[in-house]
Amino acid sequence: MSTHVDTHALDDDHGHHHKETFITKYIFSQDHKMIAKQYLITGTLMGIIGVLMSVMFRIQIAWPGEPNILFEALLGKWAPGGVMDADIYLALVTIHGTIMVFFVLTAGLSGTFSNLLIPLQIGARDMASGFLNMVSYWLFFVSSILMVGSLFVEAGPAAAGWTIYPPLSALPMAQGGSGMGMTIWLISMAIFIASSLLGSLNYVVTVINLRTKGMSMTRLPLTIWAFFVTAIIGLVSFPVLFAAALLLIMDRSFGTSFFLSDIFIQGEVLHYQGGSPVLFEHLFWFLGHPEVYIVILPAMGLVSEIMATNSRKPIFGYRAMIASILAIAFLSTIVWGHHMFVSGMNPFLGSVFTFTTLLIAIPSAVKAFNWITTIWKGNIQMNPAMLFAIGFVSTFITGGLTGIILGDSALDINVHDTYFVIAHFHLVMGISALYGMFAGIYHWYPRMFGRMMNKKMGYIHFWITAVSAYGVFFPMHFIGMAGLPRRYYTNSSFPLFDDLANVNVVITVFAIIGSAIQILYLYNFFVSMFYGKKAEQNPWKGTTLEWTAPVKHIHGNWPGAIPHVYRWPYDYSKPGHDTDFVMQNVPLKEGEEELH
Amino acid sequence: MTAFLTIIIVLFIAIAIWQMVKIFDLSQVGVSNDQIANDKDNKINAYLMLAFLVFIYGITIVSLVFWGDLPLMSNAASEHGADVDNLMTISMIVLFTVQIITQFLLHYFAYIYRGEKGKKALYYADNNTLEAIWTIIPVIVLSGLIIYGLFTWTTIMNVSEDDDPLIVELYAQQFNWKVRYAGNDNTLGKANVRLINYDNANILGVDEADPNSQDDKITTELHLPVGKPVLIKMRSQDVLHSAYMPHFRAQMNCVPGMITQFGFTPTVTTADMRLTPEMIDKVANINNIREEKSIELAAKGEAVLDPYEFDYLVLCNKICGTSHYNMQMKIVVETQEEYDAWLAEQKEFKDSLIK
Repeated sequence: MSTHVDTHALDDDHGHHHKETFITKYIFSQDHKMIAKQYLITGTLMGIIGVLMSVMFRIQIAWPGEPNILFEALLGKWAPGGVMDADIYLALVTIHGTIMVFFVLTAGLSGTFSNLLIPLQIGARDMASGFLNMVSYWLFFVSSILMVGSLFVEAGPAAAGWTIYPPLSALPMAQGGSGMGMTIWLISMAIFIASSLLGSLNYVVTVINLRTKGMSMTRLPLTIWAFFVTAIIGLVSFPVLFAAALLLIMDRSFGTSFFLSDIFIQGEVLHYQGGSPVLFEHLFWFLGHPEVYIVILPAMGLVSEIMATNSRKPIFGYRAMIASILAIAFLSTIVWGHHMFVSGMNPFLGSVFTFTTLLIAIPSAVKAFNWITTIWKGNIQMNPAMLFAIGFVSTFITGGLTGIILGDSALDINVHDTYFVIAHFHLVMGISALYGMFAGIYHWYPRMFGRMMNKKMGYIHFWITAVSAYGVFFPMHFIGMAGLPRRYYTNSSFPLFDDLANVNVVITVFAIIGSAIQILYLYNFFVSMFYGKKAEQNPWKGTTLEWTAPVKHIHGNWPGAIPHVYRWPYDYSKPGHDTDFVMQNVPLKEGEEELH
Repeated sequence: MTAFLTIIIVLFIAIAIWQMVKIFDLSQVGVSNDQIANDKDNKINAYLMLAFLVFIYGITIVSLVFWGDLPLMSNAASEHGADVDNLMTISMIVLFTVQIITQFLLHYFAYIYRGEKGKKALYYADNNTLEAIWTIIPVIVLSGLIIYGLFTWTTIMNVSEDDDPLIVELYAQQFNWKVRYAGNDNTLGKANVRLINYDNANILGVDEADPNSQDDKITTELHLPVGKPVLIKMRSQDVLHSAYMPHFRAQMNCVPGMITQFGFTPTVTTADMRLTPEMIDKVANINNIREEKSIELAAKGEAVLDPYEFDYLVLCNKICGTSHYNMQMKIVVETQEEYDAWLAEQKEFKDSLIK
């Protein structure tokens, strides 16, 4: 391995081991690698809860009103005689959405890989502020505990949908879950936002300031570009959700009327006057839409890196990839209104948002074509990570295309809030981001834990997951186009949708299979930590700096000086070299051009 | 019970796979314990990529054949609905074309360029012409869709009150709908939920002093004359609701504290819609399913299901609480004469109050 050893004394003194106790090493750690693992494990545990919830409500949709021993065991008083209650159904879909979007795909994905890869790939000893990083994780941990704790509230957890539109979310008399359950939800999210902001701030500062010598912005791996831009979007949009949550807390507890007006409920007129629920929708989606890019951009970065490494080819159109990340990031902040075409806002705004929304398809198309061209004439190594990366592109295309229908205000009228929407966003950001995360875990597992995951289990995991994902979400487009609204506890209370019942059974069976196979993944993940084959330093023959660091984690990442960078990160199969990869810390040969 | 059995079966399958993998691993001892893909892995997974491509095409075909007649793509019951359906069909054709081609390229490349020892990939980092091509083609296609979409949207949303549409109020509450007709003056009386008074049966908070409200009529079904533009004004008394009328390609949220609106022209009466071949098929299909279910129910000694007859519905499509799933109301589209006769039977607001 060609670890470039610099003879400069510069930076050298940070490389040695500090004295560490169990608590400073594993619990209140300030080391980015340990914090990444903490994020990953917490995110995984939250993911298990989120997926289990989806299995429960899918069973209810497929076999409505049938007693189920699983419900009786897990839901207790919410499933008298094993029959799921309508309120807990709404609570399950609400908390499933919240957990998956924020706790798994934002914190679990970004938190894990930004922390792990930013210092290692840019050549830094650690994050700019290890302390803030630690605080960020522990705030996330507290908000996770609160969110899970809200499940045990007497009147039930929040059940107004993950978008918590007031007045439903503001009035305990409108819904049991809008009492203490919603209060805890809001507090948990406020803490979550604080955690996310501290994390993002740290990522941005680290990428700007701590790049090693030679690591110019145009030599950054696409992963870092994705994390960097994601962090910026987060800094711009999360504070707005914080404001919305704060105002909602004021409306709920201190009698203000930001979002409420003229309400008559349970026989009495409430005092609220002059507020507007539509304002909340604006504030929510000002974060809510960028949020889906906060989820998907890091996955795109991971996939770009994994595709190049496993195709043994440079990523195609490196600069176009960066440009499209920036374009997506910019556009993501001016499209939130496409969630509100039928909210009652001015139809002219609908036209504007249709225009900006459909523009996003352009950088997205560029990315998809660049990935496809990256594997063209490659020498594709079918590692589990690569399978998930290819799967990512597949679901991203399938799910992304239907965005053209939903982003078109005239068409959105009829499919808004139907299963068509569920199919769209699960494929394009749910499943895709999850694939990105799995790809990242399989690829960087040796870097995180110094051991290899079992590839056969990885293959089985991928193929069954891939088939199930399409089996679950592809038919949903069709029941959505048939007019089936989402968030219905049962579709059989009136006969209009009786002919969709069999589709729902098919979907649920796939959902159960797809969820069950994750047990195999969890087994592989946890057991490989202790019994996996020992990893070599650079198992996938990558070019980026993290593979120059020793397998055993040390504080400061490199025992000697930090390697310097002399080339871009995608010199795979470059003519004129003996190996099919040239690491970033290898100086250019005489007369060699840096191509990109 | 079925669900429980399914879970058990799936769990067993999962355990079986896990055990098989373990056995497989044990039999590998002493051979190669490399966890990095080798040529054999590349080959197997490359073929699976092809198989997966077939699977994607397969599930597309199965969905279209079995469930493709479910979408409401050809039987809109409103004037603008035909435009929406047309735009939907064009978009769908574009999407399916792109989907079929890109999925083919992705999976076929994954198959054909599978890794082999000693092979070297092509060092090919950039090509501005290619980038330009796949920037410009989406720009052109999207421009077409955007322009068509915006025209359709503007036509739908620009309801002018000069066309003298029928004014109707749709009133949402947890968990039902009410309708208020404007009466002979076609002007709705002022209303605010603060004026609701259950003691004198003013259930919608209509201003009793407003002269316009005297001839308003409050009903629990939405009747509309065919071929006449209607402008539906929406109110909600408690939380957000959404008035979703899928057969008319119409939807708008009902927002407490403000009045929203949606205008359309119904073109097919309920009676005529029941006679369209698509609807006859759909109803027959649903009734078959209901009969089968009824036999099961009868065997358990429970009440059997009524046969289904088609009716237009307005559904709530914004999460609104416990009974969100069952918040619907019948819409009847009928001839002008039938409509007039029905409306004449309804009580005027001033007579409906308890004095």
